[in-house]
Formats: sequence, structure tokens, C-alpha cells
Amino acid sequence: MRLVLQRILALAIKELLAILKDKRSRVVLVAPPILQLMVFGYAATFDLNDITVAVFNEDRGGPARDLVARVIGSPNFHLYAYLEHEGEIEPLIDRKEVMVVLRLGPNFSDDLLSGRSAKAQAIIDGRNSNTALLLQGYLRRIVSDFNQQWAQAHSQPTPPSTVRIRPWFNSNLVSRWFIVPGIAGLLTLVITTIVTSLSVAREREAGTFDQLLVTPMRPFEILIGKALPSILIGSIEGSFILFMAVFWFEVPFRGDLGALYLGMFLFILSAVGIGLMISSLAVTQQQGMLGAFLFLVPAVILSGFATPIANMPEVVQTLTYANPLRYFLIILRSVFLEGTSYQVLLPYYWPMLIIAIATLTLAGWLFRHRMN
Amino acid sequence: MSAAQRRRLKAMIRKESLQILRDLSSIAIAFVMPLLLLLLFGYGVSLDARHIRLALVVEQPDANTAGLTGAFRQSEYFDPVDYRHIKNAEEALVSHEVDGIVWLRSNFSDLLLSDSDAVIGVFVNGIDANTARITQGYIEGVWQTWLISYARSHGQEVNIPVELEPRVWFNAAVRSRNFLVPGLIAVIMTLTGAMLTSMVVAREWERGTMEALMVTPVRIGEIILGKLLPYFVLGMGGMLMSVVMAVWLFEVPLRGSILALTAASALYMLVALAMGLLISTVARNQFVAGQIAIVATFLPAFILSGFIFQINSMPEAVQVITHIIPARYFVAMLQTLFMAGDIWPVILANAGALLLIMVILFSIARRKSHKRLD
Repeated sequence: MRLVLQRILALAIKELLAILKDKRSRVVLVAPPILQLMVFGYAATFDLNDITVAVFNEDRGGPARDLVARVIGSPNFHLYAYLEHEGEIEPLIDRKEVMVVLRLGPNFSDDLLSGRSAKAQAIIDGRNSNTALLLQGYLRRIVSDFNQQWAQAHSQPTPPSTVRIRPWFNSNLVSRWFIVPGIAGLLTLVITTIVTSLSVAREREAGTFDQLLVTPMRPFEILIGKALPSILIGSIEGSFILFMAVFWFEVPFRGDLGALYLGMFLFILSAVGIGLMISSLAVTQQQGMLGAFLFLVPAVILSGFATPIANMPEVVQTLTYANPLRYFLIILRSVFLEGTSYQVLLPYYWPMLIIAIATLTLAGWLFRHRMN
Repeated sequence: MSAAQRRRLKAMIRKESLQILRDLSSIAIAFVMPLLLLLLFGYGVSLDARHIRLALVVEQPDANTAGLTGAFRQSEYFDPVDYRHIKNAEEALVSHEVDGIVWLRSNFSDLLLSDSDAVIGVFVNGIDANTARITQGYIEGVWQTWLISYARSHGQEVNIPVELEPRVWFNAAVRSRNFLVPGLIAVIMTLTGAMLTSMVVAREWERGTMEALMVTPVRIGEIILGKLLPYFVLGMGGMLMSVVMAVWLFEVPLRGSILALTAASALYMLVALAMGLLISTVARNQFVAGQIAIVATFLPAFILSGFIFQINSMPEAVQVITHIIPARYFVAMLQTLFMAGDIWPVILANAGALLLIMVILFSIARRKSHKRLD
């Protein structure tokens, strides 16, 4: 038994050295993740905080000016220009110079004062459908605040019922709280998969894998020896990103660190399993790289990182059950924002364990059965 | 161009074309990969919130509450589930069984009839802030529709002082697929273009045939050009297939001209090929080349291009960085060409930026590739 441990350790150290001895590889392991975390952490947001708006107000009345002032005074909006002619609207929207044009007709104030419904038109650039939808939400809120105060001030009847919406876990709906923990999962996956997917392929290409197979080491020992360095690298980088998420991006951490780390361990294990499987299938590093790429791209896009899994069609949703990132993202966000406990997270732990066991077993089997 | 140059170039192109036809992996990258990715993502990536699971908690059901819950049941956006007690609904919200709760307290009808403020309590899971915002909008929409019909049935006139009339141009139904599919094509073309060239140069080194090429009179510029042209044709074929899929399969309107679309795609394909060429020339180590390929192509094209995240919502410093991401310009052109049409100011500005990037990339690649062994 001691001998076995010794052999595994020796292989693990050799693997680690193979990755770390090359200066460029070292740089590549450290610099891109930090760079990506910083850039993407700030870039990936769905919040609209700089909506460019142009105002075409044909009405000179006070109420119209009041509504316009509310819109351009809102912190989310940014006035681009006041328009004088209808013809100015189209080029501004077409050229993406403004995202929305607010248009108040000449009768706006008269309608309002005489108790008829006054129309406020919002012409929105629909090329980004998500922005178009969110922007309407912001405008609607401003208009409904205006309506409420108008009704009170002019003693008009207020509606008999109102909605009071309270978001849980993220009361200001900051999308960074959703995205940054997601980036932690995404980058951990990318690093772990790439490091692992090249490990066996590198030896195959150099011809040293055959030598490894004729040593007294058994396939599962080789497997563990190959997996350990990747687990180590993945855990260190993952921990660093989590640290940055809490202390740099100030995402609230409400849950149990143990629950998160159990998830991260299982996640890295399954990523290593997939990486080793790709690596044992590949004959050259190039194929290993290509395999990693072909796994990573769909794994990232179909993980729920940016677009909800619930919006995908049934067939695609079924495919995502094989994606470890899917489960880890839920664990990350739940532990961070909801403070979820182990029991609730159980349905997300075991699928990753199954993926890990299945892929690692397959990788070990491929070690011996794929010899060219 | 002299006759000898032309002959050498022709020979290089012929060699590369034969290589493509014999080893089908480049054809797979150019056609099978975009096909699979576009199918998977075109169907899979959507920001339209549908089937929002909503817990309806009605403490004292009667005709008034039935009217409101009926409005939620009729909405195409919600999948309502009934709960008797708010406690159970809250537990369901915590365990992710529902995405939101609509809570009508026992005094709802009394307050409603006495014209006091009957509050509808709504909780949504705010973790996914974007979906939560969209859900809020839908809930408010259902409430407003119900309010008007309630008032009418009670002979009251609901007076809404200002009514907002949104007119969404280019995408009246606010279909997220119309917005996402053109961006996806840009992301996928970045991948295929960069992957096609980064593979060929690396392969020549790997097989030792680069040395064989070097002893011939072929100049380095001719090697680059000879390698690029066949892959350019291949990449454009993949692009054509993607556009056909976007229009006929995903029903994205194509309002711009085919000419403008072809020109924009050709320009971008050259940029993507140049990126791959540069990556493979700079990094002989494949581990490094692979990392750079992902760092420099896929992730930026996904996150920094405006494909999904609005660029002008990003902090200033990040917005500056997006200017060096070629995908940014192609995404803007494709979104405009597909949804809005040939809007020349947008197209020319973005094409100019791409042209500049292309010139820079090629001159770096040209300088970095030498006809010698290290």
C-alpha cells in the first residue's frame, strides 16, 4: 500500500513539474484567469445604467416637462438630445446613437388636465431584445410613479389595488451578484479541463505513455497520479476566484463554506474526469485541445451562466443534465446568495459525483484499450 | 505580380486545397461545427422568460380573487401552482420549486370592495436578476389588465393619467432569438476562423513539412496567402450555411442586402483567420496556443462583443477594452444587417474598424513568421 501511494505521489509530482517547468505555461495558468475575472466581472452585467434617450416633446405644458424631467433625471437614463422634428427620430435610432426616443404629442398636457389618458410614446431600438424589454420596465416604473402622484395631487381616484413586489436574496436586483459567482464556475472549468485534457495526450505524442504503461503502475494509479495535479491547480485557482468574488466584487456570502467546497471538489473531480477522457481519446495534443474546446463551448453556453436553462427546449434541457457546470452554478449562487444548506443542495451534489465516476472509469479503461 | 509568383501561389493553393480534401478535419471544422453549434445554441440560448413557475397563495378564495388568479393562468408566461398557505409557498421558493409568489391575503376582497388599497404581495427569487426583472414586468402587466377589466365590470372608469406606448422597432415582438442568433453566428465564425488557421500552421510544424516548404523558392508571404485562401473559401461556406439556417430555421428576418452581408462576412472571416494565424505563429507550444485561442477568441466574443451583454452598460475601462475585440464590430454589423437593414453609417464605421484590425494582425503575423528554423 505504501508503495502504491509512493508511486502515485511520484507521478503526481512529475505531472505538476511537467506543467510548471515551462515559463509560458506558468504565465498562461495565472495571468488569463485573473485578467478574465477582472474584465468579465465588470463587463458581464444585464443592468442598464446608461440608457441614452432623446426627447421629442411637442407639448410646452408643465406636466409634460415634469415627466421628461423625471425620465432624464433618473440615474439609469442619460439625455442625448432634445429633438425638434419628427424626422430626427429615425436616424438616431438607426445609427444606435440613442436606445430610446420619448415622444410626447402636442395634446399631452391638455389630455392630462382634462382627465383623458395622455399618451407617452417610447420608440425603442429592438436590436437588443433584452435591453428593449428592461428599458420598458424602467420607463413603466417612472410613469407609474408619476401617475400615482398625479392622481393624488388632483384628487383623482387611485386604483383599488396595487402590487408590491419584493425580490428575495437580491433586493436591488444587482446582476453582478448573479454573474460573478458564475464566472468562478466558468473559469474553474476552463482551467481544469485544459490542464487535464493535455496531460495524457502530451505523453502519447512524446511516446512516454507507453513507457508509463510498462512500469509497475496500474491504470488506476496512473489515473490518480494524473488527476491529482489538475485537482490541485483547479482548487487553488477556484479558491482565488471565490476570494476575489467576496472581497473585491463584494458579492454577499451568506452560506456555509463547507457546502461550497464540497460542491467545488465534486465539480473539479468531474471536470478532471471529462478532461482525462478527452485526453485518453486524443492521440496528439492538438486533438486534446480540440476536444477540450468542443466540450467547453457548449458546456459554458448551455450551463445557465448567462441565459436560463428553463428557457431552453426540452431536448436541450435534457442534454444539460450531463453538464457538471450546470449543477455547480446552482450550488455557487445558492450558497452565496441564499445561504442554502447541504440538504437542499443534495440533488446537485450527486449528479456531479456520477459524472466524475463515469468519466474517470472510462478514462482508466481507455488508458489500456487505446494503444496505437 | 510576376508570372513566377503567380505560379508559386497557384501551387501553394493547390497543395492546401488537396490537403483539405484528403484530411476531412478542416471541412468538419468549417461545416459540422457551425451546424451543431448553431442548432444547439439557436434553440438553447434564449432570454425570453416563459413558463415562470408562480405560486398562487389565496387565503380566502372568492369571485374577486378568482378573477385575478384567472388572469395569471391565462398568461402565456406563467405556470401557476396553487398553495393554501404562504409558509408552504415560501418553502417552495427557497427550494427552487417556484420562481415567484403572488400572495392574496384573507382581507383582499374586503379591501378591494371598500376601495381601500388591496395590496397584492409578490415575491420573486432575485438571484437571476435579469429574469427577476422581466418577471416583474410580466406580473405588473397581468395586474394592469386585470385591474381594467375589474373596474369595467364594476361600472367604474379607470383613469390612467399617462399611458406608456412602447414601440419596439426592428423587433416588434421582442423575440430574443432575432437578437441572439446574429450574435451567435459571429461567435461561431470567430471560433471556426481562428481554429482553421491555427490548426494548419501548427500541423506543418508538427509533421516537419514546414522545413520542406522552406527549402522551396516560395516566399513567406506566398505561404501565408496560399494557406489563407482555401480556408477563406471554406469559412465563407460555413458562413453561408449559418445565414441560411438563421433565416429558414430560426426565422430571423434578413432586412439588409446580401451584398452588404457578404462583404461584412468576408472582411470578418479574414480577421478571424488572421487571429488564428497569429496565435499559431506566436505560440509553437500547443498548450499555450490552446489557452490563447480560448482566451483571445471564444470568451471575449461571448462576453465582450455585445452579443449578449450591452456594451454601454459596462464600466468605461471595460468599454475601451471591447474596442480591440474584433467580434464586437461583426456583432454590431450582423445585428443591424439582419434586423434593421443596410444602415450605412453603422456598417461603414464597423467595417472601417475591422479593416484596421485586419491590417494590424496581418502585419504582425508577417513580421513574426520567418523562413528559418529555431
